[in-house]
Amino acid sequence: MDTNSLLTSSLLDSSLLESPVLEGPPPVGTLFRFATAGSVDDGKSTLVGRLLHDSKAILADQLDAVTRTSIERGFGGDTGGIDFALLTDGLRAEREQGITIDVAYRYFATGRRSFILADCPGHVQYTRNMVTGATTADAVIVLIDARNGVLEQTRRHLSVVHLLRVPHIIIAVNKIDLLGYDEEAFDRVAAEVRVVTSELGLGAVHVIPVSALAGDNVVDRSDHTPWYDGPSLLELLETLPLIDEVESALEAFRLPVQLVLRPQGAVAVAPEDADLYRDYRAYAGQVASGTVRVGDAVTIVPGGGSTVVTGIDFAGVNLESAVAPQSVALRLRDDLDIARGAVITASDRVPELKKDLSVALFWLDPRPLQVGARVLVKSGTSTVQAILTAVTGRRNLDTLAIEAATGLDINDIGHASIRLASALPVEEYAVNRRAGAFLVIHPHDGATLAAGIVIAEPATPTTPTTPTTTHIDTESAA
Amino acid sequence: MNSTPALSTDAALPTDRAVPAAQPAPVGPVRLDQLDLLESEAIHIIREVVAEFERPVLLFSGGKDSVVVLHLAAKAFWPGKVPFPVLHVDTGHNFPEVLAFRDATVERLGIRLTVASVQDYLDDGRLQERADGTRNPLQTQPLLDAIEAGRHDAVFGGARRDEDKARAKERILSLRDEFGQWDPRNQRPELWNLYNGRHTVGQHVRAFPISNWTELDIWRYIEREGIELPSLYYAHEREVYQRDGMWRSVGPVSAPRPGEQVESRTVRYRTVGDMSCTGAVESDAASVHAVVREVAQSTLTERGATRADDRISEAAMEDRKKDGYF
Repeated sequence: MDTNSLLTSSLLDSSLLESPVLEGPPPVGTLFRFATAGSVDDGKSTLVGRLLHDSKAILADQLDAVTRTSIERGFGGDTGGIDFALLTDGLRAEREQGITIDVAYRYFATGRRSFILADCPGHVQYTRNMVTGATTADAVIVLIDARNGVLEQTRRHLSVVHLLRVPHIIIAVNKIDLLGYDEEAFDRVAAEVRVVTSELGLGAVHVIPVSALAGDNVVDRSDHTPWYDGPSLLELLETLPLIDEVESALEAFRLPVQLVLRPQGAVAVAPEDADLYRDYRAYAGQVASGTVRVGDAVTIVPGGGSTVVTGIDFAGVNLESAVAPQSVALRLRDDLDIARGAVITASDRVPELKKDLSVALFWLDPRPLQVGARVLVKSGTSTVQAILTAVTGRRNLDTLAIEAATGLDINDIGHASIRLASALPVEEYAVNRRAGAFLVIHPHDGATLAAGIVIAEPATPTTPTTPTTTHIDTESAA
Repeated sequence: MNSTPALSTDAALPTDRAVPAAQPAPVGPVRLDQLDLLESEAIHIIREVVAEFERPVLLFSGGKDSVVVLHLAAKAFWPGKVPFPVLHVDTGHNFPEVLAFRDATVERLGIRLTVASVQDYLDDGRLQERADGTRNPLQTQPLLDAIEAGRHDAVFGGARRDEDKARAKERILSLRDEFGQWDPRNQRPELWNLYNGRHTVGQHVRAFPISNWTELDIWRYIEREGIELPSLYYAHEREVYQRDGMWRSVGPVSAPRPGEQVESRTVRYRTVGDMSCTGAVESDAASVHAVVREVAQSTLTERGATRADDRISEAAMEDRKKDGYF
């Protein structure tokens, strides 16, 4: 790519001034979070740079700085060229080693959506940072070098997105230009992907042939791949449905109480109104799932008391209803014993309290999991003591089978049993993401040891099954 | 400018005297827009920190980002007062109108302000003036001392990830060691919205509730909420001169050098920091709405356009943060 033309075109670009996103109120309900993953040298930083550049999200001074540094480092030489990795590899150590260590967050908008991009590291030793980026993602793009096909790190990343139930998975088969835009080469990689997604039991996956360097199918559809009739990467990101929003609306109402608002004398309202708030008491939290309306019957867990919602307050505004993920404060008819850690739930769909959990863990700490270890489990706004009572399996990243194991090492995905010191209203992650996710925390130094999710029943080691039908969706998401 | 529901005193009542909601009650499924989602995320973070820490404090300079965080805190705890004090590290080079705004705001909200003064450190020799005259890097020691003196275990800041490439890497809850240092190579994983604020004695946590907001989000939110800001964020006439491609204000610590021509220009500030290193931009955006339009169309980042201190090196911010800077 030609540095000069790239730089010049950006600096002189007046289309920024005409972009429809600039006028009027921000688009409704269109904040989309996605993460990028892939093995080292799959061209992830180039893809991110291309996406940001071609959607005009790189401002002139940033491009200027990156271009200057690229030239200083002899990147590209006479013909020019920009080391796009410099845009997101913001740490000194990353620039020095030319690798991504931790997630970089970037923000850009098109006329249709605003995006939060979590650019994740590819190295296996930094997989825990990739997990950080993926837990909040509406979609994850896994890059594959078309020449190398599926690698162990691809299988690890797909296992992570499967574990976390990331709503949308996009496979970008990169460097397709180096294979002469060959349809058969793409089909070979797509078939390898199909085997992995089948083994993992992943649902629909979008597979796109791209060249990050040349820009094919990144923002615009490419003429070089006439055999591909699906959307470009950006088109897909702009149109994928916000699954979380849809699912959450159908889930049962849950609000983990963060704290009790009881100002007593310390009110922020006018002195003449202060008396009205003398006995004010409301339960502050973020709606984790479902909808709550004034007049709804609710039950408190743990505790079990039932009452009725008499008010939904948000900073002085009385709401009729609230949905996830709104932060609100609920007033209740009865004076129950409710403190941080309690969950206010819909009375017709009260979650069960559980003490013994079957879980899947992504182990994040260099210290291996020891069966019998005492840990802390943080779920919602509760933190309780717990014991890791057993490891029931570990995913083999070659065969993708869950094999018998006695412990877990860093970057392992495994199944385990946990006993809690006090019962919590956790739910199966597959049913309710917010109520099924938890942290495993070291009781002394506070380190986050594992990302955990609650699964249905004790997992038994399985052998790989024959691939069954898996839908590889290369069609438009719409 | 309208006062805001959260910071004003005429808010709706929670009892049978309740006044109608400011917005019509939603019909059908509620759709949350981008600002609603960012606001809800920030309020969740602020409440988590207040619930899990003993002695939080907010770094409050009177700049737009810390004003927005304070506004969010007021909304999070309504009808109660903001349940933590604020701290300002005053370099002695701050704009007087910003300091006046800072004082008026804490007075109005009835919260306690502690000022850590870089000038005091220079006067008694604990710090020395830098050759380049900028005092931004000098804030770190007074900041860490104030955190220790206040026994603060959590420190809220208004940093945003879109400001700088080092900030783009930082967690929402960021652990600092007993020396206040950030270890970017060994950050704690941050999963879902489950924030792990556990720390050992001597460590503390920096909390950044508006990490995911962009400059444009901030301005749209300021417009939507009717939040007041120091006047220098809006276009005004000012005596300025050009240096390093920026318009610098004429003042006691920012005098023009020989050859630098002083002229009167219509400018505004995109960021508000030290007079010695913060530049103004030429602008006729005199209203919030005009600023929103201007920011949306800008082809430069706010720090690139206005901060001399971040031009020192590719990793200027990372180096300051590692030492304990916010």
